[in-house]
Amino acid sequence: MKTGPWIHAVVLGGFAMATAALLSVADIGTRQEIALRKAEDLKASLAQVLPADLYDNDVVGEALTLSDGERDVTVFRATKGGALAGVAYEMVGRGYAGDIRVILGVAPDGTLLGVRTVAHKETPGLGDKIEVAKSPWITRFSGLGLGNPPVERWKVKKDGGEFDQFSGATITPRAVVGAIRDGLAFYDANRARFTEAR
Amino acid sequence: MPNTPRYGAIVKEALYDNNVVFGQMLALCPTLAVTSTATNGLGMGLATTFVLGLSNAAVALLRNFITPEVRIPAYVLIIATLVTVVDMAMNAWLHDLYQVLGLFIPLIVVNCAVLGRAETFASRNPVLPSVVDGLATGAGFAVALMLVGGVREVLGSGTLFANASSLLGPAFSFLEVTVVADYGGFLLFVLPPGGFLVVGFLLAAKRVLDRRLERLRVAKAAAAAAEAA
Repeated sequence: MKTGPWIHAVVLGGFAMATAALLSVADIGTRQEIALRKAEDLKASLAQVLPADLYDNDVVGEALTLSDGERDVTVFRATKGGALAGVAYEMVGRGYAGDIRVILGVAPDGTLLGVRTVAHKETPGLGDKIEVAKSPWITRFSGLGLGNPPVERWKVKKDGGEFDQFSGATITPRAVVGAIRDGLAFYDANRARFTEAR
Repeated sequence: MPNTPRYGAIVKEALYDNNVVFGQMLALCPTLAVTSTATNGLGMGLATTFVLGLSNAAVALLRNFITPEVRIPAYVLIIATLVTVVDMAMNAWLHDLYQVLGLFIPLIVVNCAVLGRAETFASRNPVLPSVVDGLATGAGFAVALMLVGGVREVLGSGTLFANASSLLGPAFSFLEVTVVADYGGFLLFVLPPGGFLVVGFLLAAKRVLDRRLERLRVAKAAAAAAEAA
């Protein structure tokens, strides 16, 4: 049987449809699970910066969205008996290889409950010391606020500030310290909004 | 080859003679990108091996339906679909592993070695030998990545298999070795240029080894011939 060029179109079209169908099935089959995993990840990273015994509300469900002038920031409010116990939100710093996302937990008085790096693409072995799994560096910020150390000292040592950089990687910690500083300023600017009634 | 597949030959070919990195010089992009530590190399190697086995099986299974003129786009469709499905499935059900390997999975789509095996092997062989070829090629790739990663890690940070337990589970924490305590770090080997250097030196070493082996073989053959005469 002689076949014309149309056979190629049929073959390729068939493949495209079959693979698209397979992808749809896989997407439908995994979407719910992936959303669950994402929620678990969020809860896990929130738990690292907002101690669970601090609040009794549904932190994720009662999130609110504020603008910091450039982007929208989703703020998770922790309350106990209706009184504000702390807030958590993500800040973004410009690292050596793209954005570094850190999550900040801030107490009502504006001091840090804790900071964790959520996602980054920094050089493995150098810049990845901002992960708590690789180095305790990021735990250094707990308990600090914009007055302690003073604002002008919220920099890495190389820039005349208070915080250690890593040997071979200055841009990464500089970005993280900057993001935390911005995050604390964001807290001060929006303090009234956090305590406001729901 | 098509009638009697010789699995031993397939495996030897894939692991050494025609190793993806050191023999075919393919897949150098992921090789240089992820091999800053031995653990990362192993992770990428494992993920690639899995996809290679699957993609070779799929291509071999469908090889009689694919017309030669459209084979390349058809292979690309198969591989990209497989990788995406693996990515989603791992994200959903093997989430801990995904957090470590997730970064590498999408990179596999652009690994020319996967397409290369589909084209040169799976498209002309039955399913079983193709799966063996895929897994062996992946294993060869994994070994090469671990070698490059290991050398870079020891020279660059003074450790070996750091964080292996987060990839393989706590049972494998014995793999994590600090080769040089209080090592200051040698930045060059951690950064991409170190990857080029290490791959280059390892390639040179393989050439030297191959030449030695060849000379040995020739000498042996000559001795045997002299004896016979």
